[in-house]
Amino acid sequence: MAAQALPTAGLAATRQPRVIPGLGLSLGFTLFYLALVVLIPLAGLFLHAGRLGPSEIWRIATDARVVASLRLSFGTAIGAALFNLVMGTLTAWVLVRYEFPGRRLLDAIVDLPFALPTAVAGIALTSLYAPNGWLGQYLDPLGIKVAYTPLGIVIALVFVGLPFVVRTVQPVLQDLDLEVEEAAATLGATRTQAIVKVVVPSLLPAAVTGMALAFARAVGEYGSVIFIAGNLPYVSEIAPLLIRIQLEEYNYAGATAIAAIMLVISFALLLVINLLQAWSRRRITGG
Amino acid sequence: MAQTIQPTETGFRRPTEESSLARFLIIGLTALFLLTFLVLPLVVVFTEALGQGLSAYLAAFADEDAQAAIRLTLLVAAIAVPANLVFGVAAAWAIAKFEFKGKSVLLTLIDLPFSISPVISGLVFVLLFGAEGWLGPFLQAHNIEIIFALPGIVLATIFVTFPFIARELIPLMMEQGTEDEEAALSLGASGWQTFWRITLPNIRWGLLYGVLLCNARAMGEFGAVSVVSGHIRGLTNTMPLHVEILYNEYNLVAAFAVASLLALLALVTLLIKTVLEVRYGDELAASVRRH
Repeated sequence: MAAQALPTAGLAATRQPRVIPGLGLSLGFTLFYLALVVLIPLAGLFLHAGRLGPSEIWRIATDARVVASLRLSFGTAIGAALFNLVMGTLTAWVLVRYEFPGRRLLDAIVDLPFALPTAVAGIALTSLYAPNGWLGQYLDPLGIKVAYTPLGIVIALVFVGLPFVVRTVQPVLQDLDLEVEEAAATLGATRTQAIVKVVVPSLLPAAVTGMALAFARAVGEYGSVIFIAGNLPYVSEIAPLLIRIQLEEYNYAGATAIAAIMLVISFALLLVINLLQAWSRRRITGG
Repeated sequence: MAQTIQPTETGFRRPTEESSLARFLIIGLTALFLLTFLVLPLVVVFTEALGQGLSAYLAAFADEDAQAAIRLTLLVAAIAVPANLVFGVAAAWAIAKFEFKGKSVLLTLIDLPFSISPVISGLVFVLLFGAEGWLGPFLQAHNIEIIFALPGIVLATIFVTFPFIARELIPLMMEQGTEDEEAALSLGASGWQTFWRITLPNIRWGLLYGVLLCNARAMGEFGAVSVVSGHIRGLTNTMPLHVEILYNEYNLVAAFAVASLLALLALVTLLIKTVLEVRYGDELAASVRRH
């Protein structure tokens, strides 16, 4: 696009006019809409939090019920993300490397959690894992209680987060050169050694990025969780639900403070994800 | 399977393949996992909805509140999706066709709603327009209802679905570059002519793809909408909120019946999405193609 290649000495100083029109209009509208819909409302929340003052925010943040809900939200999100790291990577492997009947169908169904409304997923999972449900009736006699416990929350978050890992790992796996594995084999590695020492390290950046995306989504997840959670304060009450409850009790200060804490953690997470993605890209292009 | 599982002439498998037993177990485990975690919940929705017979299923839609919820959901999507469509095209045009400072910051800001809890997405509008909000007194004085009314629901939905279309179009239009547009402009087309006749046909499948995902999320959004809606039956209840109310009233057949409509929407979305990827894969962005 730049005009530096112009050979005529007299013209070198003049800048080539933009060929494509509409920068002002499109960028102007983009910034206006972004500010109106996203930035101003978000700034409003932080202004509210700022008005509370640090000591009030600290008091709310260290309230036992708030601490319990934040711990639950982040704890179950980490548990589900780790599970998805393993099962999502395995799913991506199976979808990319193996040919079998029904592969396309399984590939398509991986996106279901993106398309299915969270409330629908929530009531469906609850009826599956309730003590008299299709799966719950077999788990209950074994002493495994899923519905209305933190384990149920993890199940819901696994559902919501799975596609993030699969869809992040899949393209990397597709681009992975089979020659590297062949080289490992000719150098005497067994198949297990080749997978552990060659394949897994090349997939790791993408898998961890996918896990971070799944985690970020899971921390704030609401619809699929509240039906299966049981919502017992201190035990199975997630942070987004506590915000909702504070709001319904007209405790705007409490709701704002919890939201601000969650947002700060989420934004820090977003930064980590960006760094991870940069790492992931370096590994692919540099390797 | 046939061509890869065949043993070579010497009878040994290729060194880059697992033994067929390992392969069988891995495929079996993954299929079982996907069926249990993804397919079974979907099956449950339809089984529960039709469990008491077709007439009980259909009775759920005869209810006036259910019909009002369906109408409201369609109306909200009909406002939110086009709004984000115009934004998505404008943002993609600016970001893909031009170089300017702060582009990566802008991209991060566009992604922002993805990493915000739906409940917080609703809360920001309550803090802005609610009775206790910054603009609350002004709105009350002028009798303008935003929270617990249609505008609040639309705003929360727009916020949550904000990045979808832009995220599909930006990588696609970056890949396509500016050559086609430059050619049209040099042949005398105006800016708008170039957009309508060159750019839009180039991006149509990517655009449809983005609209599809945006619409699915807009119609199914629960957390953000539930904060701003006020749950007034027949007035501010969208379909997902109506599902919640019916479910909490132990009216399971009706709850799953309304839920089955949303599940159908998800299935249709997945179907069109898959068709688009298979048939027009090379006209979608690389990030989409590998989905």
